[in-house]
Amino acid sequence: MDQKLRIELSKQGIVTTTLQELYNWGRKNSVWPMTFGLACCAIEMIATSMARYDLARFGAEVFRASPRQADLIIVSGTVTKKMAPQVVRLYNQMAEPKYVIAMGACAISGGPFKQGYNVLKGIDRYIPVDVHIPGCPPRPEALIDAFMTLQKKIDQQTLTGEGRPRHLDPESPSEFVVPRFGAHDLEPPNNPEVFHILNNLDSCEAGEVDAGGD
Amino acid sequence: MTSMTTSPDEQMHEGLIADGGQDELLEIALGPHHPSTHGVFRMDVVLDGEQVVRLKPVFGYLHRNHEKIAESASYLASMPYTDRLDYICSLTNNWAYALAVEKLAGLQVPERAEYIRIITAELTRLVNHTATIGFLTQEMGASGTPLMYAFREREKILDLFESLTGSRMMCNYMRFGGCRVELPTGWLEQTKKVVEEFPRFLDEYEQLLTGNEIFMARAQGVGVLKRDLAINAGVTGPMLRASGVNYDIRKVDKYGIYDRFDFKIPLGEHGDVYDRYMIRMLEMRESLKILNQALRDLPQGPIMDPKAKIRGFRPKPGEAYGRIESPKGELGFYLISDGSPNPYRYRVRPPSLINLTVLEDMCRGYSVADTIVIFGTVDIVLGEVDR
Amino acid sequence: MLEEIKARLETSVPGCHPEIILNGSPSGQHSLQIDSAHAVEAAMFLRDDAELRLDYCSNVTGVDWLETDTSPGYLEAVYHLYSMERKHGPVVLRLRTENRTDRAHLPSLTPVWRSAEFQEREIFDLYGIIFDGHPDLRRILMWDEFEDHPMRRDYVEPDDYEYEPTAHDEVLSKAKQHAAQQPD
Repeated sequence: MDQKLRIELSKQGIVTTTLQELYNWGRKNSVWPMTFGLACCAIEMIATSMARYDLARFGAEVFRASPRQADLIIVSGTVTKKMAPQVVRLYNQMAEPKYVIAMGACAISGGPFKQGYNVLKGIDRYIPVDVHIPGCPPRPEALIDAFMTLQKKIDQQTLTGEGRPRHLDPESPSEFVVPRFGAHDLEPPNNPEVFHILNNLDSCEAGEVDAGGD
Repeated sequence: MTSMTTSPDEQMHEGLIADGGQDELLEIALGPHHPSTHGVFRMDVVLDGEQVVRLKPVFGYLHRNHEKIAESASYLASMPYTDRLDYICSLTNNWAYALAVEKLAGLQVPERAEYIRIITAELTRLVNHTATIGFLTQEMGASGTPLMYAFREREKILDLFESLTGSRMMCNYMRFGGCRVELPTGWLEQTKKVVEEFPRFLDEYEQLLTGNEIFMARAQGVGVLKRDLAINAGVTGPMLRASGVNYDIRKVDKYGIYDRFDFKIPLGEHGDVYDRYMIRMLEMRESLKILNQALRDLPQGPIMDPKAKIRGFRPKPGEAYGRIESPKGELGFYLISDGSPNPYRYRVRPPSLINLTVLEDMCRGYSVADTIVIFGTVDIVLGEVDR
Repeated sequence: MLEEIKARLETSVPGCHPEIILNGSPSGQHSLQIDSAHAVEAAMFLRDDAELRLDYCSNVTGVDWLETDTSPGYLEAVYHLYSMERKHGPVVLRLRTENRTDRAHLPSLTPVWRSAEFQEREIFDLYGIIFDGHPDLRRILMWDEFEDHPMRRDYVEPDDYEYEPTAHDEVLSKAKQHAAQQPD
């Protein structure tokens, strides 16, 4: 719709919008996170919701404890192999539409503890992640920036067609396989539908840095 | 009755008889995802109605293999990992590790560095105790408001840490033989201002909580820990002193230059939740006394031992155990060196894990709501329990 | 001071032959090695004796010494003891197993000092030493179905290096092996 016409109409007290804009506006401005802090990043998440870096003004009004009542799971902290089945189970129990923010280096790829035998090298091995926040721990402002990025991402989702969100698409799954405890490792070690292994090793020889991967 | 043959479930119900007219006991798992378990901690409780009959803590959900990683990293490379042990108070963790390595290698620390270490350690104690009391009130049901006040004060001290070390939480500030970087200009005045304004916050908090009827009814007489059990179970820190044992490593070992400072050790009488809360409030006031003295007497000089080697640090083969009084209890590091740049064995003695030994004894007979409150006063951090 | 403790132990607990193990570092914390058969009695003596009163067991550590040409390799449990009443310490006790494979048993000192309860469970979980007399010996940090003892020096960790953004050295070679097995 023509912007000038829109402004003229709004001056007369008539608001025009499309169903998609209205739908996305309602969804993005009331994303309620779940209380899910694992480790050090959880303290920064709590500090973000406190008086100085208030997260409630962006719509994250309350942190709900029950997964059925929450829209967003902020995986903050190292996910260990002992905890991974619980994380995936909680994600499965959340009702659609649901989003995942991987906060901190540990949730993205294992972080400083990557060599550990009990550390899951990134939560994106089992569940699809929407926004990644690097940092150890990321500052509260970085978490707010990630929240705004998520809101922009929700805003760009269409109602039909390719860009529609997962809950409007009957083909895409909303529950993912829960790993079991094996004798030496989790079984399966990753979920191939979610974890796409890239092959960039040729550019890692002789100290070259991957050109597009920064 | 070894547990090699019976399953964990069978052990839980062994020897229990339901009282109170009901035939069944209810077994629930509190956690690992629960709003008030301070992280990923699970308690398997067996309930008779609302009363706790048996409680078994289960952890390991944050076991990040710190000790194994330290065996393949050099001594200095493990310093940032010590920040992540007790992630609320990172500077005291750094000091404990630096102390252990200095014992192992026989390094001396210059005077100015010792004063700076004490200033940062006592500021960390303030940060930790305000956060603990804030979370305690949240667990009692005052959802969020006293916690906001506590975090407001915490943010002021975190600003100081950020201007000194570059990071709010994971400071990585101590080195073997001193501190990493000199104080920036204006930092001392800023710290003096924060320390002068802090007693007003403590008075405000005391006015809200100490004489509060609801707080006293929920805290007095709840979760009593007897003196002999506390000593035998190796409990340290404010929990031990609330049960009446006068053991503070700052006075016993006199590490650093703590013997030059004039401060008292508050002791409790009953060992209940109320005593533990009061001990923490009084310890904050004593920390302010130490801070005032240290800020007044800070001398000039170098901040690193000139003979300390940063690159190629290879201590002689041997072992050392160094410990400090962290805000949670006795934090110790045990290092075995075999002459190579990496430690042969690196062990953290976590105060939170040992303090959990008595959780079952304290919670038996109380209701589930009291269990959460008692658990809040043990003051654990999962990064330390699981390492 | 350690010589005095050794002499008094030899007289009070007959049959116990403690050895002093010297420490090469400047810390001066030498340790006392006690054999498994008399460990519990010696521990009770150290705790209840009027002069020592070592009533606080601060730290229990497990150490793994691999096979060398001279010894079959053994696992060790090191106890650091302090006294809250007398305010002295530390006294370091060491208990050694006979070998690393089938005779890795040690007596549990949990009946003497309750603070050893969780720490001995952790040594059982991560090193595989079985403590006889422990009230509740099961895994504490790893999950129950786990079968290895990860802190041992010869532990091989699971291979999950499929994707490495800036790989180099050993990690690069591990990741390349994975890539070779991947159907492209």
